[in-house]
Amino acid sequence: MSEKIKHYQGEALKSADFKEGRVPTEKWRPKVKFAWSAGIAIGKFLEELKKGKIIASACSKCGRIMVPPRIYCENCFKPTDGWKYVKDTGTINTYSISYLAADASRLKEPILVAIIDLDGASEGMGIIHKLGEVDKEKIKFGMKVKAVWKPKEERVGSITDIKYFKPLKEAIL
Amino acid sequence: MFGKKRVAVVGAGLTLFRRRMKETGKELSWEASKMALDAAGMELGDMQSVVMGTAPDAFDGVHMKGEYLADGAGAYRKPYTRVFVGGGTGVFTPLAGWWHVASGQFDSCLVVAEEKMSSCYPHPQFAFTTIFDPILERPIGMNLIWIFALEMHRYMHKHGIKKEDIARVSVKNKGNALDHPCAQLGAKITVEDVLNSEIMAWPVQRLDVSPTSDGAGALVLVSEDVAKEITDDPVWIDGVGWCIDGTYWTNRDLYYPDYVECAARMAYKMAGIKNPPKEIDVAEPYDPFDYKELHHMEGLLLCKKGEAPKLTAEGVTQRDGDLPINPSGGLLGVGNPIAAAGLMKVCEIFWQLRGEAGKRQIPGDPRTGLAQAWGDLMQYGSVIVMRR
Repeated sequence: MSEKIKHYQGEALKSADFKEGRVPTEKWRPKVKFAWSAGIAIGKFLEELKKGKIIASACSKCGRIMVPPRIYCENCFKPTDGWKYVKDTGTINTYSISYLAADASRLKEPILVAIIDLDGASEGMGIIHKLGEVDKEKIKFGMKVKAVWKPKEERVGSITDIKYFKPLKEAIL
Repeated sequence: MFGKKRVAVVGAGLTLFRRRMKETGKELSWEASKMALDAAGMELGDMQSVVMGTAPDAFDGVHMKGEYLADGAGAYRKPYTRVFVGGGTGVFTPLAGWWHVASGQFDSCLVVAEEKMSSCYPHPQFAFTTIFDPILERPIGMNLIWIFALEMHRYMHKHGIKKEDIARVSVKNKGNALDHPCAQLGAKITVEDVLNSEIMAWPVQRLDVSPTSDGAGALVLVSEDVAKEITDDPVWIDGVGWCIDGTYWTNRDLYYPDYVECAARMAYKMAGIKNPPKEIDVAEPYDPFDYKELHHMEGLLLCKKGEAPKLTAEGVTQRDGDLPINPSGGLLGVGNPIAAAGLMKVCEIFWQLRGEAGKRQIPGDPRTGLAQAWGDLMQYGSVIVMRR
């Protein structure tokens, strides 16, 4: 702070001041809900997941095979011009062992999360997903992994139709 | 600079940063704005325009935050704009103020940044869930910390960086913040304290992370003509840059922030800076996590890729080092009321260049400083270069 300024405004409160009603407050809880159209490209992606397949879109100008797929190439700013299946195997680009749930509550058993570069897509085209059937100490950068799918009758056309990715047998050695 | 007017900063103000403040967002905005105007020796009537920066509406549960905060920011019956580029907002807000004046449209602009994260409970982290793609990412149960953990881990892997190399940043910044009168988390800690703190999402531990905070900051920007009338000590905005990378964040190599380099090059070109480590005397790169300071030093071309941990270990980035980094104490030490935290960095460069930083003053008569913020889905960089 500037040495010329002698007083700094602001009054800190403790959370107990709120909980115990020591300061006037108002509370509100939203009851709003959302339902999103998955759109053209991701809509097709989800339909293919339901069939147990992963689909990418291709741009003939820059040559990229892109996943998640899009209907336009953001580099060339032209329509993508082809769909292409990629494999349900890939490589761990980076990973984390998370003791945090989405709401910041603490977990005893960590969620294993990774960016997985999918085989058949252009280099570095990854998706985020969970890892499973692996000891957290044994996860490695560059490890080969494969999707573990929900049984066909349980798939609904969601990213969670893939339960998680697990290491290929030879990757754990 | 052809076609543009030179813009000066002539006053700065900052409230306390705390986990929970009694003041509303409007009241915090008012306190920071009044302090900046008083410091400049000006009144609201002297301000021809106002720019407000504030980050996700979800923290407040008020989905018109620009309008909601306007009167506290002195915008009543004035040309007024709210800007929002995620975590990059705090440095982007004075950039937006800069073009108001540089364009010649206005001779003055009051720049205000505010954040009140405490209204969202039980924890504002849950509000961050709404930044993720609703179809492909949220169903997985995303937590904000994950994306930092994934980026930090990739950065460590690419360069063979150890956790202790990164922890030194947290030690330095929390230590620096002990001298900042607005700081929320100034502390004397050790590398071991960081390495022994709670594991949140490996490799991120509790003391690698900045807190959630309430607070506000403000700057007074004027044209060269006005600056020469009112002060002998203006600080000039000589370089501005901003850039956004792709929204498909899992399609990029997270080890290096290309978009920060892009924003920095834009600002350096405008300021005529050819050799950033030699020509920048003091820098405030964005440090919501300790590794981000290192990541951003590299993106800002203040050192080579992978070299920032070494400079930190050698003491180069201490206040008395060759390249002081985050002398304020940064987000890790002063706190992280998102938009206000970025503006706090610009305030710090203003005070450092004027020799008014008190106990935090770096030695050696600094003439050129830089502040940078970062945000959205690891994709946005905003950079300001200032000179005395």
